[in-house]
Amino acid sequence: MVLVFAESVNGTFKKATFEAVTYGYQTAQVMGTHCEALVLGSAENAAGLGQYGAQKVHHVADTSLDNLDSQVYAAVIAEAAKAAGAEVVIMSHSSTGKSILGRLAARLDAGSVPGANAIPTYADGVLTVRKPVFSGKAFAHVDISSDIKLVSVMGNSLAPQVVGEDASVEALDATIPASRLTVKDVARVEGITPLPEAELVVSAGRGMKGPENWGIIEQLADELGATTACSRPVSDVGWRPHHEHVGQTGVAIRPNLYIAAGISGAIQHLAGVNSSKVIVVINKDPEAPFFKAADYGVVGDLFDVVPRLTEAIKAHKAA
Amino acid sequence: MKLLVCVSKTPDTTTKIAFNGDSTALDTNGVQYIMNPYDEWYALVRALELKEAQGGTVTIINVGGPENDATIRKGLAIGADAAVRVNTNPGSSLDVAKQIAAYAKDEGFDLVFFGKETIDYNGAEVGAMVAELLDMPFISFASTLEMDGNNATIKRDIEGGTETIELATPFTLSAAKGLAEQRIPNMRGIMMAKRKPLQVVDPVDVTQHTTVARYEMPPEKSAVKLVDAENMDELVRLLSEEAKVL
Ligand SMILES: Cc1cc2nc3c(=O)[nH]c(=O)nc-3n(C[C@H](O)[C@H](O)[C@H](O)COP(=O)(O)OP(=O)(O)OC[C@H]3O[C@@H](n4cnc5c(N)ncnc54)[C@H](O)[C@@H]3O)c2cc1C
Ligand SMILES: Nc1ncnc2c1ncn2[C@@H]1O[C@H](COP(=O)(O)O)[C@@H](O)[C@H]1O
Repeated sequence: MVLVFAESVNGTFKKATFEAVTYGYQTAQVMGTHCEALVLGSAENAAGLGQYGAQKVHHVADTSLDNLDSQVYAAVIAEAAKAAGAEVVIMSHSSTGKSILGRLAARLDAGSVPGANAIPTYADGVLTVRKPVFSGKAFAHVDISSDIKLVSVMGNSLAPQVVGEDASVEALDATIPASRLTVKDVARVEGITPLPEAELVVSAGRGMKGPENWGIIEQLADELGATTACSRPVSDVGWRPHHEHVGQTGVAIRPNLYIAAGISGAIQHLAGVNSSKVIVVINKDPEAPFFKAADYGVVGDLFDVVPRLTEAIKAHKAA
Repeated sequence: MKLLVCVSKTPDTTTKIAFNGDSTALDTNGVQYIMNPYDEWYALVRALELKEAQGGTVTIINVGGPENDATIRKGLAIGADAAVRVNTNPGSSLDVAKQIAAYAKDEGFDLVFFGKETIDYNGAEVGAMVAELLDMPFISFASTLEMDGNNATIKRDIEGGTETIELATPFTLSAAKGLAEQRIPNMRGIMMAKRKPLQVVDPVDVTQHTTVARYEMPPEKSAVKLVDAENMDELVRLLSEEAKVL
């Protein structure tokens, strides 16, 4: 059986969770078995995970699980996985998943692959999972041979797919160890899709000349419903917040569309964005290295091109 | 305070990645190595700052062969007091974690630091593994850490925001951008590093549960399609009709 730890935020499931369940369902098909889901803490529509392929949903509804303590979560997930007889445990490669996966591997003495980006293959009890390595410059195919196998799924690697009906939800009575930490506050920017989950990203670099010029980037992003990002020097000098910094030493993203204006395309920048499905580069220097990594390029002054692009998108939406 | 910082060695960020003939290993020809940026810039420096503020020792540990000693010496040059190298070529993340835990378990560290992730394997999992093996809390992606005696307040990066956590030592954390500012080793540091202890310890036996079967290069991008800067309607048309992303 494939068990998916279905992460919830404030009691609701995000796209990344549906992706993980879809990944679990497809992995179960490859292995000739079925998929179940595990929900911890408050959850509004646990049964709905059935639509993405979970045959049954186990729910540990204790509200002490509403905040993450990786130590507590790993203990509960390990117990549930053993009780349900899971051969594979899957979760999102999110800030939560990354805090738990390694703990589970150590606790269960099991092999793990963090950040899978393709459905695995399975033969003779070995699961082979593909993951990006060298910051997206290559892929590794990793064999997992332990009895229990652990995989976290990179966001935006596959589309969530509705394959069935709501599932039955069974309350699970797990031992919940006492937490040794207190979550004092959780602050999230409202209304904006966080970068790791964004399908559309508009990004800008030093070519912007100064923070006061970012209005045109924000207008383009607004028009598209995109999330904004930036190159490292721009966040280093405080023109933009740290969490917008993408690249090898920043956030790694894989949106459907990445628009980069006034970014030269240094290898460390590319390392964080090269998994984007389509890349558009706007740069006044036709020799900018970014053009080599781009699908579409515009050679021109971003201060003219970006507003023009915003207008064109407005017209497209109106048509 | 007794502080441990786990440091790994990775190819330089500008490395052009290539693999050997049967794609089972990195072609190391001409590859320059560095200390993993998150370990060096943020984890190590924040540990040094805590030591400077409250007293104590900073030990760095690496799991790897003797070829890692130069990287380890750099950590000593930046300011760590002592170094440990577990002398094995680890076969997996869990191998690394078990080696670190075997060394650390009886040493009584108050705080164990990791980087957010290695820039070669991009695992972000060794820290959580060691935490579990040492039965300690683990705070991933810490961007600030304030200590008041044994009590810590940490902000950690989550998708689109931050979480604020309070806990007491001992615990482990992984360091993200913001935790500290990079320090460049000076001449005096480099000279002193030569005399600091670098202890080499034998590995414990570990069964490998994962192996890299092979590596693969992502498909090459086709050549860029240039669109006239005056004609953004055309770009939007291509994005919508050809690329189907709008
Ligand atoms: C260890 C290490 C890690 C790093 N990690 C990262 C990382 O994670 N992310 C990252 O981004 N960088 C990273 N860097 C930095 C990286 O090497 C580059 O320095 C950085 O990406 C450059 O940022 P930029 O493209 O904004 O600026 P620049 O390289 O200065 O490029 C600005 C571009 O804007 C163009 N431009 C200027 N004016 C206009 C205009 N009016 N219209 C159109 N175009 C214009 C220019 O032609 C130029 O191409 C790292 C470096 C190191 C050493
Ligand atoms: N070989 C190693 N020796 C010591 N520490 C390591 C080693 N590999 C990884 N680490 C630590 O674990 C962190 C996360 O690594 P990873 O799980 O590979 O992304 C790194 O930032 C280091 O702090």
